[in-house]
Amino acid sequence: MKPLLRVEGLVTEIGHDAAALRVVDGVSFHVAAGETYALLGESGCGKSMTALSLMRLLPDGGRIAAGTVHLDGQDVLALPERDMRRVRGGGMAMIFQEPMLALNPVVKVGHQIVEALVLHQGLSGRVASEAACGLLDSVGVPDALRRLDSYPFELSGGLRQRAMIAMALAGQPRLLIADEPTTALDVTIQAQVLDVLRHLRTERRMGMLLITHDLGVVAENADRVGVMYAGELLEEGARDAFFAAPQHPYSRMLFAALPHGLLPSRAQEPVADGSPLGRPGDGARLTTIPGQVPKPGDRIRGCRFAPRCPFAIARCRDQSPDWQVINDQRVRCHLAGMLPPLNARGVTTPAHSIQAAQALLQVDGLKVHFPIRRGFIQRSVGYVRAVDDVTLSIQQGRTLALVGESGCGKTTVGKALLRLIEPTAGSIVLGGESITARNASTLRRQAQMVFQDPFSSLNPRMRVADILLEGMDALGVGAANQRRDAVALLLRQVGLPDDAGGRYPHAFSGGQRQRIAIARALAVSPRLVICDEPTSALDVSVQAQILNLLKDLQDSLGLAYLFITHNLAVVDYLAHEVAVMYLGRIVEQGPATAVLRAPRHPYTQALVNAVPRIEPPAGQRIVRLAGDQPSPLNPPNGCHFHPRCPHANETCRQIYPDQTVVGSGHWARCHWVAAQGQALPVRSPN
Amino acid sequence: MSFMPVILWTDALIFALLAGVLALIWFIRRHDHLRAPWVVVAQRPMAMGAALVLGAFAVTGLLDSLHYRERLPDSQAGKPQYSVEVMSVFDALVSGLRTRQEKTYSGPLAIQLYAMEFVERNGVAVRDYPRLQYGGAHLQHAEERRADIARRTLAGAAQGALASLLLFAGLVAWQARRLKLPVGTWLARWRQGSLNWPARTLVGMMALMLMLGGAMAQLASGYHVLGTDKVGQDVLYISLKSIRTGLVIGTLTTLVTLPLAIGLGIVAGYFRGWVDDVIQYIYTVLNSIPGVLLIAAAVLIVQVYIESNPERFDTAAARADIRLLALCLIMGMTSWTGLARLLRGESLKLRTLDYVEAARAFGVSNARIISRHIFPNVFHLVLIAVVMDFSGLVLAEAVLSYVGVGVDPSMYSWGNMINGARLELAREPAVWWQLGAAFAFMFALVLAANLFADGVRDAFDPRLGGRR
Repeated sequence: MKPLLRVEGLVTEIGHDAAALRVVDGVSFHVAAGETYALLGESGCGKSMTALSLMRLLPDGGRIAAGTVHLDGQDVLALPERDMRRVRGGGMAMIFQEPMLALNPVVKVGHQIVEALVLHQGLSGRVASEAACGLLDSVGVPDALRRLDSYPFELSGGLRQRAMIAMALAGQPRLLIADEPTTALDVTIQAQVLDVLRHLRTERRMGMLLITHDLGVVAENADRVGVMYAGELLEEGARDAFFAAPQHPYSRMLFAALPHGLLPSRAQEPVADGSPLGRPGDGARLTTIPGQVPKPGDRIRGCRFAPRCPFAIARCRDQSPDWQVINDQRVRCHLAGMLPPLNARGVTTPAHSIQAAQALLQVDGLKVHFPIRRGFIQRSVGYVRAVDDVTLSIQQGRTLALVGESGCGKTTVGKALLRLIEPTAGSIVLGGESITARNASTLRRQAQMVFQDPFSSLNPRMRVADILLEGMDALGVGAANQRRDAVALLLRQVGLPDDAGGRYPHAFSGGQRQRIAIARALAVSPRLVICDEPTSALDVSVQAQILNLLKDLQDSLGLAYLFITHNLAVVDYLAHEVAVMYLGRIVEQGPATAVLRAPRHPYTQALVNAVPRIEPPAGQRIVRLAGDQPSPLNPPNGCHFHPRCPHANETCRQIYPDQTVVGSGHWARCHWVAAQGQALPVRSPN
Repeated sequence: MSFMPVILWTDALIFALLAGVLALIWFIRRHDHLRAPWVVVAQRPMAMGAALVLGAFAVTGLLDSLHYRERLPDSQAGKPQYSVEVMSVFDALVSGLRTRQEKTYSGPLAIQLYAMEFVERNGVAVRDYPRLQYGGAHLQHAEERRADIARRTLAGAAQGALASLLLFAGLVAWQARRLKLPVGTWLARWRQGSLNWPARTLVGMMALMLMLGGAMAQLASGYHVLGTDKVGQDVLYISLKSIRTGLVIGTLTTLVTLPLAIGLGIVAGYFRGWVDDVIQYIYTVLNSIPGVLLIAAAVLIVQVYIESNPERFDTAAARADIRLLALCLIMGMTSWTGLARLLRGESLKLRTLDYVEAARAFGVSNARIISRHIFPNVFHLVLIAVVMDFSGLVLAEAVLSYVGVGVDPSMYSWGNMINGARLELAREPAVWWQLGAAFAFMFALVLAANLFADGVRDAFDPRLGGRR
């Protein structure tokens, strides 16, 4: 088969001469028509730069120093800029990660698609707008005709990304480059968009270059996989061969670092086995890749991965390995084929038993309503019910995961618990003491928060020691002269070097910054830490380090976590109990094993189902959710989930369901579950 | 004592400002993250060249801010009496320029007056251009003028070159010793420009300035280099004296602006709600009143105040000074809105960032959050705004004085020079040198300030990657 795209020895540099950074270093691969080639790698490994080099859209100062790119036999790099403009969009089109930034916010979606059609197909007027409508239809946008007249901000993230895809298709490209097309989307929407891409590829026989960091997305979509690291391609092979036996130590460690508790083999475990006290991930620590991804400026002799590789031998450190072919796979490693076989991670029983303590945190009927103000005197005309009647309890030393898609109010719950947002109603009892606005400092001694983005959660103008001291000073923890020693202890606890205290946050990488943020929360020795997506901004290898750290801290300090996340794999690894939130309310709650292995609520089922798997679930019915989460400003009547629910009936449309207990401590709010007649509806679960 | 030091209001404020700037420099030097962008500024040839020019202006302005009154020669020992004229150290340094006053207009480097007069020549009254009293008075014949000017220019330039060579030798010796390098190596590096500061530009700029200064000094001792004005005063002297006025306006105004802009801007953005509403209404209202109107009204009020309280102002200089201060105040009051708006927006953004949330989760007080989290993170904006506003204010002074609501007419300022030259431009041939001199000086100062501001902005702008 003649390849559609052939890239040979591509080298891309940023900067000039001596100071030039090689962001892409000798990358070669090819993509056939109708094939999906996935470039897999962590942030900063040069995968996006490779894509931009293909399109010749490099940022300022970037240039292609060597290599060739052939699209359908045509040398793309040799084309004059005039012809290149026809190739972009016509020959190959690109979809970007953030659909809000890639669409012009002040131009209607229809116009933007028509613009591409005018440019590439020479259509105009009525014909063009009909074609645009057809394109939107083909990417699965419901009510396409009306959407043509919408502005990008009127569309949800998933629809925006589809509009982007429609625009990319306008030039009838032979190759579609998708740069992290679903990273900014929720998991159910991600599944929808990936379906669209898969469908289009087979229908139009396009080649697709899929750039992603998500092994699950690769496994579900790619035909062949290339693993990039520090600007180089380390391994390449067909999907099945790659996932069956990754050859490069880096690829292997990526697998191991992933908390993939949702493997189907385990999904078939009987639920009853999961003891109510244990969690699915107990006993198994994640394998971490030590160190950080090298920066493009770092000059590394020999194999790029050698400094972090546990198998590295002397030769790795001064000789860059060549390609070695093993069956269907190519790998750049001196030890190719000689590594021990990938050992399956054993599931051991929990090493320690946790005492059944009484609830550390008890939240009842928590409500956060944001008034919508209009008019000259700012009268409130309505409320956004961000959190609507949430009841939770967390025991000492346990982890409750709050799961849901973005906008469901899970972060608001976390902030309301700390009174960073004043709750509208509800009671919070922490350690037996009722928390009101008056004794907020008690609360702050006992509960702290770790934020999502390690780059915005540390003040860039303060030294690390001052950051850690801030809480102790504000709350008067410990004697003033002992606080410096406490800082040193904290730094050691989170695994940072002793001299870290004197440096500024920008001297640290994302993972290290998140360690600092954790240390800051621990500085006032809280009993409850609210973790708001603490790993979602981190690379897989670094995520594993942080998850292990959180687990270790829980074991040694007896911390309770409220773990807010959308990543079910992480939940599986860390949580004892799971609460699933939808539109401000908890729809299902129970022990992690039960909720994740045997979800009862249709929403939870869809959520678990939508997670891209490395091994596709055999014999399981795929439940794909249609549509988007409704606005909390105007939630649907009855069960909030009914517009998207496959089982909805007339009752669902009118009455909000009560709790239905389906197992020990496991309940769901669903008429359908209740109607299955397995349990009696109970009004008060606790 | 043969003189009595006089501290005018603006003098006090200028030296307070200088002390503040020095303290800030000391503070920045001790903090790595604050120092880093300045290191970037220091590596930019354009910015450093501009800084050198600004430095020359600043030194002139500072020397001109050390005021004193001379003791009258005939006063008694026990009861000294001082001259009503307030002098400055700068005046004393260039006393020749100040005292050599002609009758009226004369062109640059001229030896004759610009207007014809009856002069007695060999007992006959002839209508002719009379020789100047001082300009070119050492010449016997008018024909020698050209050669004399050339000779003086060359001599001055040579002196300047010599001085810069000496300075350079000193620099080489010092740097080579400090870096423990052989002199030759250092020189080679200097020539290649591979030192980590723009030494070539600075040395070149310094030499240029010294040569220009030398030539000027040589010429000024025998001529009026930039001519004389209506009352025969040396235009070069007026231009140099105007530097202080420009600098005072440019710097003191920001001193008034900053507390208002920073305080109100951050408070509005951080607290939001009704505080934000009130502050926004204030600056929207202030912005919708024409600035000139406010300034004219304020200057009038000060004028009335001065006239009704003559006992408070013992000298003309004190009166002019208080008017200058009032101008700075009122310009500051009207020009804080832009920066306040900018800071409000930035604070709105910063208050939602996680580190502010984290601080609130610890129960850190609002005042402390503002001083430790918000202010340090908007400081670069303040700095950029100050440097950028400076040139605008210098130009604004010129326009206001031209309109007649600026500084006191007796005060030396570029605006007053332009105002004075306005009517004479219609003369045939035109009296252009007053306007030209004001233009040249203002241009040099504003250009240098803008180039420096550019360098500062680039270094502080995170999008250009200079920060990290």
